[in-house]
Amino acid sequence: MALLELKNVCINFGGLKAVDKFNLTLQKGELVGLIGPNGAGKTTVFNMITGVYPPTEGEIRFAEKRTNSLKPYKISAVGISRTFQNIRLFGELPVIDNVLVAFHQHTHAGLLASVWRSKKFWQEEQSLVKKATGLLAIFGLDTLKNEISKNLPYGQQRRLEIARALATEPKLLLLDEPAAGMNPQETAKLMLLIKDIQKKFDLTILLIEHDMQVVMGICERILVLDYGVTIAEGPPEKIKKDPKVIEAYLGEEIH
Amino acid sequence: MNQLKKILLIILFLGLFLVLDLLISPRMNPYYLQILIYCGINIILAVSLNLINGFTGQFSIGHAGFMAIGGYTSAAFTFYLGPKILETLFLPLWFSKPLVFVAGLLLGGTLAAFAGLLVGIPSLRLRGDYLAIVTLGFGEIIRVFILNIDAIGGARGFSDVPKYTSLFWVLGFTVLTIVVVRNLVYSTHGRAFLSVREDEVAAEAMGINTTWYKVTAFVIGAFFAGIAGGLLGHYLQYLHTNSFTFIKSFEVVMMVVLGGMGSITGSILAAVILTLLPEVLRPVKDYRMVFYSILLVILMITRPQGIFGVREFNWDWLKKIFSRKKAQAEGA
Ligand SMILES: Nc1ncnc2c1ncn2[C@@H]1O[C@H](COP(=O)(O)OP(=O)(O)O)[C@@H](O)[C@H]1O
Ligand SMILES: [Mg+2]
Repeated sequence: MALLELKNVCINFGGLKAVDKFNLTLQKGELVGLIGPNGAGKTTVFNMITGVYPPTEGEIRFAEKRTNSLKPYKISAVGISRTFQNIRLFGELPVIDNVLVAFHQHTHAGLLASVWRSKKFWQEEQSLVKKATGLLAIFGLDTLKNEISKNLPYGQQRRLEIARALATEPKLLLLDEPAAGMNPQETAKLMLLIKDIQKKFDLTILLIEHDMQVVMGICERILVLDYGVTIAEGPPEKIKKDPKVIEAYLGEEIH
Repeated sequence: MNQLKKILLIILFLGLFLVLDLLISPRMNPYYLQILIYCGINIILAVSLNLINGFTGQFSIGHAGFMAIGGYTSAAFTFYLGPKILETLFLPLWFSKPLVFVAGLLLGGTLAAFAGLLVGIPSLRLRGDYLAIVTLGFGEIIRVFILNIDAIGGARGFSDVPKYTSLFWVLGFTVLTIVVVRNLVYSTHGRAFLSVREDEVAAEAMGINTTWYKVTAFVIGAFFAGIAGGLLGHYLQYLHTNSFTFIKSFEVVMMVVLGGMGSITGSILAAVILTLLPEVLRPVKDYRMVFYSILLVILMITRPQGIFGVREFNWDWLKKIFSRKKAQAEGA
């Protein structure tokens, strides 16, 4: 059974066809790469899956259910979470609060219970903080949990975004250029971490990357997008040799 | 703390407020007493507006409108229905009068909250300056609307409102507002409000129903503004729409900005400062408002993030500042 299915998905921005007849099927447990030059439409695909922009045409199904017209927070509730290419943390909030916000949809305390501070409220708060600290520890951020998140160095902010996305308890995780701005060593480490958390949390992952080389090592399957159109799809070895892909990346370095 | 302890604590505080009221009110210079009451009312306004503007990041300048709805509604209730209820209740007056008063205040607060719901809805589509203009317009519409209802005084003002507000009620509702907003903010719901302020797109992606939280912030904020209006009306025994112009809304926004958007203690301190300032400046007579404005400008230039920024006051800071000063003094 396919976990995520996109069928002939299109979106127009004014006159621009940013994504055209996009098809994608993700099986449970897969780690698939979505690559392509800048402006190819990769982020736009994420925005459609997560309900930020509903597609102009086509259908998106998650776990057999149509999600086209759902609001983003409802899509989060069915089990899709994401990170952002241009980091979007809750900057003024402490590191741990970023994760706690993402637990929100699984909390039970109502407005009145929160005001009255019932025993249940405290128990829940305590267990949330404990869970959040555990999650942060996986990303080496537990010692920084009370720092204001915008003050973290760049690489840690990226990792915090992944931790926050995991806190929603997703089945499908969408990572938008998680290694952007990192040096090769940091990038390699991050890719290992992604592989790790995939196992640990039993995740299906769709990973956007601008640099083809980065995803070659960890993805079983890769989709290449150029000018909103899928130009190639398959295992990394095949993608590397595909003439269309080479052409799309022409002018950029191919490893 | 278990339930029983909490209830006992509440009773203890109510008793304390009552004793304070009975001891202070008759002895205190009425002018000072009035300032004290204004401080309380302004704290309620500033803290409740902070939930909308500071914590949820929506820009409302319509607080005077909510205040007017609460004030006029509760006054109409105690003025028209109050005497009838007191007649039919057959309860001792010391008991039934506060009952009528609280019912009036809650009714006023509820109607204001309903208005908050209506105003909150545009906040879903508009942001920043545009939302500010809508809330400003709303406040003025309310004012003009009331101006044209004769039963509540219209342009003459609503006089002979029963004198129910005393120090006790102001203390009680001020503390209630602070506790409610504080406890909300430090909960999973509070973090949701904050996430809307920080980044709406990210908040939605993390499962926060931003629509609901924006409207809820307006509803809760408006409720307490309505209560503040009710307290004012039953203190002055008179309501006039001139007290609820956009200038009043701006005053409350000033308190929130000056104290720090997202700082409850900041709002409290700023509300007290901005209530006292015009009084302290009385000796300079005609130049009062000039001084008032200059002081505000200086404050905003030196501390644009407000007195406390987004943080809360805490004693450790004070200790740190003092120990640093001491160390410096000793070093020199
Ligand atoms: N909200 C939007 N409004 C108009 N154009 C947009 C919007 N979002 C993306 N685009 C356009 O769609 C194209 C694809 O963008 P994007 O998905 O961000 O590319 P990628 O992530 O592959 O670099 C670009 O030409 C971009 O300018
Ligand atoms: Mg992109």
